[in-house]
Amino acid sequence: MNVFLWVIVPYLCLAVFVVGHVWRYRYDKFGWTTRSSQLYEDRLLRLGSPLFHFGMLGVVGGHVIGLLVPRSWTEAVGIDDHLYHYVAVVGGLVAGVMALVGMAILVYRRRTVGPVFSATTPMDKVMYAFLGAAIVLGMWNTIAGSIFSLGGEYNYREGVSVWYRSFLAFQPDADLMADAPIGFQLHALVAFGLFALWPFTRLVHVFSAPIGYLTRPYIVYRSRDDRPLGSASPRRGWDRVG
Amino acid sequence: MRVMAQMAMVMNLDKCIGCHTCSVTCKQAWTNRTGTEYVWFNNVETRPGLGYPRTYEDQEEWQGGWVRKPNGRLELRAGGRWRKLLTIFSNPKLPSIDDYYEPWTYDYETLTSSPQTDTFPVARPKSLISGKDMNVEWSANWDDDLGGSHEHAARDVMLQGIEDKVRLEFEQTFMFYLPRICEHCLNPSCAASCPSGAIYKREEDGIVLVDQDRCRGWRMCVSGCPYKKVYFNHKTGKAEKCTFCYPRVEVGIPTVCSETCVGRLRYIGLVLYDADKVLEAASIEDEHALYDAQRACFLDPHDPAVQRAAEQAGIPGDWIEAAQRSPVWALINTYEVALPLHPEYRTMPMVWYIPPLSPVVDVVRDTGEDAEDRGNLFAAIDTLRIPVEYLANLFTAGDTAPVDRVLKKLAAMRSYMRDINLGRDPDESIPAAVGMTGEQMYDMFRLLAIAKYAERYVIPAAHAEQAHALEELATDCPVSDYGGGQQDLFGEGSGYPTPVAVENFRMLQDRQTSDSLAAPDDKASRVNLLNWDGKGTPDGLFPPRDDGAGS
Repeated sequence: MNVFLWVIVPYLCLAVFVVGHVWRYRYDKFGWTTRSSQLYEDRLLRLGSPLFHFGMLGVVGGHVIGLLVPRSWTEAVGIDDHLYHYVAVVGGLVAGVMALVGMAILVYRRRTVGPVFSATTPMDKVMYAFLGAAIVLGMWNTIAGSIFSLGGEYNYREGVSVWYRSFLAFQPDADLMADAPIGFQLHALVAFGLFALWPFTRLVHVFSAPIGYLTRPYIVYRSRDDRPLGSASPRRGWDRVG
Repeated sequence: MRVMAQMAMVMNLDKCIGCHTCSVTCKQAWTNRTGTEYVWFNNVETRPGLGYPRTYEDQEEWQGGWVRKPNGRLELRAGGRWRKLLTIFSNPKLPSIDDYYEPWTYDYETLTSSPQTDTFPVARPKSLISGKDMNVEWSANWDDDLGGSHEHAARDVMLQGIEDKVRLEFEQTFMFYLPRICEHCLNPSCAASCPSGAIYKREEDGIVLVDQDRCRGWRMCVSGCPYKKVYFNHKTGKAEKCTFCYPRVEVGIPTVCSETCVGRLRYIGLVLYDADKVLEAASIEDEHALYDAQRACFLDPHDPAVQRAAEQAGIPGDWIEAAQRSPVWALINTYEVALPLHPEYRTMPMVWYIPPLSPVVDVVRDTGEDAEDRGNLFAAIDTLRIPVEYLANLFTAGDTAPVDRVLKKLAAMRSYMRDINLGRDPDESIPAAVGMTGEQMYDMFRLLAIAKYAERYVIPAAHAEQAHALEELATDCPVSDYGGGQQDLFGEGSGYPTPVAVENFRMLQDRQTSDSLAAPDDKASRVNLLNWDGKGTPDGLFPPRDDGAGS
């Protein structure tokens, strides 16, 4: 069971994540968009969307530090457990609350504003359920586990993080996750579910973050050459020769 | 000198009767899809009026286009790159659907399915956004022909500064129509605003296009364009804009809006310009100098040095020759009667306008004076400051001198040609008064009044050694088969259309390898009459025979 939950399922989800993105990018560049609904409604979005997105950027940053940086590294630069814990909890709470409140506003908007609701696909709804669950469980782990120490002390940097790095190194140690509190286990499972869904939802827009905009020239010139003239573009497999 | 070619347009506003044929045919050709109901690549506005979307010219509000910073550099009015990325989660300056209008349809089914009642059944308007019943309270051209101008036209941004002088009472106002498409600017701020780099300017002909496969729906182009000519398709989540009908222009035929223009007021042609000068010209401090600065970027295609540089830049010979015959070049530079729309946005627009003389003529005629007499018209242009100031706000950043010059040329042409048409001796002092010769004036008259199709549209076909692709276009069916297999999985229009050549190939293959003569069932290889060689009786081609013999 442990092997199934903490080795097979995560790798399956990871495979779906990677292959799914490659497939989606090759097949459906046209559908690769944020699918913004700002045209329909502006007031709530203006509040909720930046809150959620900046919150999520903080959350992702926190996860990168928490999961990928080994405890020994932070100790080596003189950050003791107490200080690390303090920064992580405060930062995590701020970012988490921002993301949670932002998401609450966005979901409220999506449900109550008619045009936005009718533009919501079933895939969106499933994705929101997973995303919401992952955020709530993550908040629970931070509040219950790290602040009130419900269910005993647990230092995820000695458990979950080590497992995660072993998972990325393709030498997974399932026992580490099996010993983790149920909150962490659920959070990880929901997150992997979200990763498996990712390529098939609007979440793909994350990988379009336009960082290149900062360095490219303002006006883009492109030549017509790579396309036959006229409106009809040939199907794949019918490309021009020579 | 870096010579580039630009496909450009000039519209003669005196000839626009506001029939909206251009808008309708453009819509039929390009935006009659869900998600683009409110999208008008071409629209015709009544001026004075609000325009589409409402008050789009108020850049204090919408923050479109470029501004010159004190250090002389250009910056997007809505802010630089970092600012754009920081506001990417919620575009602060995106017009809402209410600034355009909420598209609707009518519930026609009630008319046929209604049970018998005492009162007539009514087809109620249904929103195409929410699907619910709605009250139709606003739409494109709600203020057409100055309808409701007390309420609407008074908010026209271009009236600022002259509003106390303009009377919008029906009898005393002036009015003209302004057809608008994308300006295909030399310095496009929509492209500069696009975080994904999906909007590009084509090297060959300068047409500005959105790469639908690279657009990620950040919507910054919509706010970046001061003319609000980039639209957000709310179904596909991608930006769309006027394409200058590039599939048509590539094979040498004019855009749909030009082709169908009833007043024949549009001119299409090439302009050669020096790409190295564009940024400098757009950054000039004095807004009134922008018109001349932009003209200074254009290169004379008759100049041998320009021709050599153009050849070196890879511009084909027939394109240079077409640039020499370009009516756009003639109207902008030879006759100097065409003016850019809102040069103060610093985007270097490339759809230019000949301002209308008719508001002035109408006033003179209403006073009972001779409306074709040069003296009367010149005096009217000098005294009727309001229409002139208004036109200057549109076309020259408020500088009335160029508008004066253009209107006087048009007035002079009017009186000069009247003499000729009535068989009198032409009065050579008339063209001389506006710095032209009689011959020039006659040529200008020819181009403006009676130029034929081939003179109004000088469009060299695109150069690519792709003969079979051209053939593909020539034989393509406009309602081609969009059999894409898994289409619609990720939204409208995903998948690929089938080119006719492929269809024909399949049919030939089928014919060569099958035992029967020809009666394929499947759609992809069914008989079309172009290919049918008279042998056999393919299914569906003839009525069934009684003896049941199919072939």
